[in-house]
Amino acid sequence: MWSDLLAVTATDPGLLVLFVGFGLVVGILFGFFGMGGSFLVTPALLMLGYPARVAVGSGMAFVFGTAVIATLKHSDLGQVDYRLGVLMIAGTTVGIELGRASVLYLETLGLAAGIISVVYVLLLGAIGVLVTRDARGGSGRALAADGGLPPAAVWIHTHLNLPPRIRLRGDVHVSVWIITVVALSTGVLSGFLGVGGGFIRMPAMIYAIGVPVPVAVGTDLFEIVFSGGIGSYLYGQSGGVDLTIVVPLLLGSALGARIGSAATAIVDAEGIKIYFGLMLIAGAVAVAVGEVGGVLGVTALEQLGLVLVIGAAVAVAAGILGQVVLTIRRRDRAD
Amino acid sequence: MVGLSVPTWDPQTALLIGIILAEAVVLYVGYGLIERVVGPPLVRAIRGRRRHVE
Repeated sequence: MWSDLLAVTATDPGLLVLFVGFGLVVGILFGFFGMGGSFLVTPALLMLGYPARVAVGSGMAFVFGTAVIATLKHSDLGQVDYRLGVLMIAGTTVGIELGRASVLYLETLGLAAGIISVVYVLLLGAIGVLVTRDARGGSGRALAADGGLPPAAVWIHTHLNLPPRIRLRGDVHVSVWIITVVALSTGVLSGFLGVGGGFIRMPAMIYAIGVPVPVAVGTDLFEIVFSGGIGSYLYGQSGGVDLTIVVPLLLGSALGARIGSAATAIVDAEGIKIYFGLMLIAGAVAVAVGEVGGVLGVTALEQLGLVLVIGAAVAVAAGILGQVVLTIRRRDRAD
Repeated sequence: MVGLSVPTWDPQTALLIGIILAEAVVLYVGYGLIERVVGPPLVRAIRGRRRHVE
């Protein structure tokens, strides 16, 4: 264990800088969106030649550490709803098992890999397009004029207003049953796709439960602390967590997560949604290119998919920083 | 829940996760201190104001 820690100092300096820089970018996105960790890190580690077990396990341990930091920062900003988080954790855990069971069933039919890839790409793209359109006002009904619940949440709250109800941050009163259904469904998708699921949970909390965007991000991160912690522990038991990867990544992401989390309190909700949607659309294109490459056996296409997603991540992170600077200056002028 | 993975107690793995958790907390506190020092001048620089104006 301690030899693993000492091994960090013996790592190639170029690789250390790469990990710290990559961690910084992923941390900004993670703190800002409450998603994107395993989405970016695991494929990158696989490309660097790490075995799948180490890439997934170390990616998960990195996500766990970054989620702790981002949750602490969001908690400081009053953007974590712990009651909602606990309910979501319970429902998601059951849902993940149902999702995994459906994957096992599809595997017996020999259809799992193809269906999962197609659903993953379609879901990433569809959520990306919907969120971006909503934020840009393309749907014409982004949020109620008084800044209240999104129309989808209003409809759901009206038709599923069963007791017991709880009050969430942002003065949202919601039936526990709505939270349970949302947690179960997002858990099923997460277990089915084998991903953390932040890109599904975050919009589900906004559009179905109706919590404000920064609270959705903070609460999602709180949930990831638990899922990431348990996942890291399970992978760690089989030697899948490599500290020479996790320690430098965390060094960068700790700073990035603070910046990204703080940015959610500066950039307006529609701005967060636009960047979130663009990131998902870019992710859908990149995953699709990578999957096509995998099916055709063209390694160059698989690598292009990874380059696209990392390029999009760097561009979106830079865009978030630029938006923060612009917002601060605009508010300053308004004052 | 059929197939639910239940972690068994393993001190070595617990230590490993503990190290990651400790690193996260130390970095959070450390970067927080840096933010306190660097944050205000950085925000002033972003606003494009000179220090003596404020």
